[in-house]
Amino acid sequence: MGIEEKLPSGILLTTVEQAAGLVRKSSMWPATFGLACCAIEMMSVGGPHYDLARFGMEKFGATPRQADLMIVAGRVSQKMAPVLRQIYDQMPEPKWVIAMGVCASSGGMFNNYAIVQGVDHIVPVDMYLPGCPPRPEMLIDAVLKLHDQVQNTKLGAHRQSEIEEEERRLLRRPLPLIDQEAAS
Amino acid sequence: MLDWLNPVKGFGVTFHTMFKKVPTIEYPEEPRPTAPRFHGRHQLNRWADGLEKCIGCELCAWACPADAIYVEGADNNEDERYSPGERYGRVYQINYLRCILCGLCVEACPTRALTMTNEYELADDNRQSLIWTKEQLLAPLREGMEAPPHPMRLGETEEDYYRSGRGADRQADAGTESDKDSEAVR
Repeated sequence: MGIEEKLPSGILLTTVEQAAGLVRKSSMWPATFGLACCAIEMMSVGGPHYDLARFGMEKFGATPRQADLMIVAGRVSQKMAPVLRQIYDQMPEPKWVIAMGVCASSGGMFNNYAIVQGVDHIVPVDMYLPGCPPRPEMLIDAVLKLHDQVQNTKLGAHRQSEIEEEERRLLRRPLPLIDQEAAS
Repeated sequence: MLDWLNPVKGFGVTFHTMFKKVPTIEYPEEPRPTAPRFHGRHQLNRWADGLEKCIGCELCAWACPADAIYVEGADNNEDERYSPGERYGRVYQINYLRCILCGLCVEACPTRALTMTNEYELADDNRQSLIWTKEQLLAPLREGMEAPPHPMRLGETEEDYYRSGRGADRQADAGTESDKDSEAVR
């Protein structure tokens, strides 16, 4: 019993959130942050075989001020960490981060003092992409999962309440403990 | 003589490209199959009666260069049997944020319990759900399999079990050659 029943055919209704999500996801410009071998796979995603431009991401740039998405590809050393944070701070809101590859996601096999054990120590990460290096399909898959997330993001007060609820849920969740009784 | 054509020649290349085959792989709609031995996510295999092949020896965890695997073994007993031998892997976790999919764990596995599949779509939005537990890694139950714990069903003695088990395994593999769930790396 709403307005949608009185409309002539061929007219589509949506919410402001969905419209904003659609606009945000269909022209997301990535800022490259290639630091190691993952960057090679990231470059090939921009090439004709995988062609990230199909998803509205043709402009792979090194300029953070014209970017919405930072793809951190490769291991982040302690020395690179402040640079990464600065690049992230220079990006305009709204912005997203993909941690591409195991090194960016958690330090990977480089469990040592030189490498930051996951870029989420420095910047908030929206999508973790395992693989060493991930094949281009895996990056496209991560990008599409992120697009889905962006499409369904709420706005304003709704977003605020969503964040608070998530925070409460995470604080209240039971810790993933391994049952010690069964072993003995 | 035909120098006046030079400025136009470049457009010829552009025009010619319009009739070339497009090399783009339409990934999410039509994914290109991986190489048959591609190192995707892991899988914990089962014997033909559904018992787990993993014996909880932790050799995979020792071989792992990134320390991505966590195994905790426990003893089988007659009431509760998960694998045909003495011990089974009670806890089995692979942290895909550490795993570099090198396959050294597969080489280390003495019972061929751990193999790799061709699945690669692993991205997720939090670190916790990328630590895969045993339930997620175990191969799905095929026809004739029953979820453990249950007693050994493939023969009276252990030799019987392993011989018939292996034979049944081979038959099952031959029967479902195109089955994606079969051991991808042999």
